[in-house]
Amino acid sequence: MSLAWYLTVSALVFCIGAGGVLTRRNPLVVLLCLELMLNAANIALIGFSRMWGNVDGQIFAIIVMVVAACEVCIGLGLVVAIYRRRLPIDVDELRELNG
Amino acid sequence: MTEVLFFIAATGAIAGAIGVVGLQNPFYSVLALVFHLLSLAALFLLLQAEFVAAAQVVVYAGAVMVLYVFVVAYVGAAEAAHLKTPIGGGQRTLAVLFALALFIELAIALLASGVAAIDSDGPQVPFGFGGPEQIGAAFLTKFLLAFEVASYLLLIAAVGAVVLARRRGGIHDEAETRVSVSDVLLPPGTGTMAEAVEGRTGTQAQRRLAPPAGTGAPREDRT
Repeated sequence: MSLAWYLTVSALVFCIGAGGVLTRRNPLVVLLCLELMLNAANIALIGFSRMWGNVDGQIFAIIVMVVAACEVCIGLGLVVAIYRRRLPIDVDELRELNG
Repeated sequence: MTEVLFFIAATGAIAGAIGVVGLQNPFYSVLALVFHLLSLAALFLLLQAEFVAAAQVVVYAGAVMVLYVFVVAYVGAAEAAHLKTPIGGGQRTLAVLFALALFIELAIALLASGVAAIDSDGPQVPFGFGGPEQIGAAFLTKFLLAFEVASYLLLIAAVGAVVLARRRGGIHDEAETRVSVSDVLLPPGTGTMAEAVEGRTGTQAQRRLAPPAGTGAPREDRT
């Protein structure tokens, strides 16, 4: 398969994720859509790594996975903290930093 | 054969992504993301990134998604009805238009870039390309700094998650009185400087014997 197909899949998944971030109100689903966007970047990185015949791109993909895991960790911690304080779990309601 | 596998995996990845965005119940969204990640691991295998595919299945589709399922089970059910009301129609239309425009722009940028190798299958790679041996060698030589910084980042994220999600005021319930060793060992009437400043005299043990404030003295309207 030529690389263009992989890049097309990557672009499509990225756009679905971006649309999801803009349309969903539940912060948990917004985090899931961010994961989609990061994964789309991973497909492109690994595709280019294959194109170069070099593993450096795969290292980048693993680092992206590490950062995504950290982001999930902090994001879910924030959601749990919001839930504990009985605030509405809705990104439209949570507009102020001064909770 | 490669083509068939690619189209199966790509269809699965895109269907999973649409499922994440479209499904109303966040629990089903998480399951759709697991399906998406497994299809993505198949795509990584087709690109001969074996170690990344294995890490994707074990770490991402395994550990991270279990974390998601736990938090959805903890939080999601109580608030699900509230979140079902859709966002305004204008914003939804704008978001879909934005995503479409982004896709067209990305497709132009990627496919019309004129890079010759985009239409090729890539060079012949040696056996073991993308295996743990090559990844480990790259991590410990060329990308050593990134490796160390990533480990610090994971540590900071773990500590941050514990700090964010902990119960305020420690592990005790607020109603529960705390009994300290100093209640037994210290003579009555002694305490910390903070107690003296607040006007609280005596240790916990002595205060517990006294009636609660407001109940001992007779109320004036009764007398």
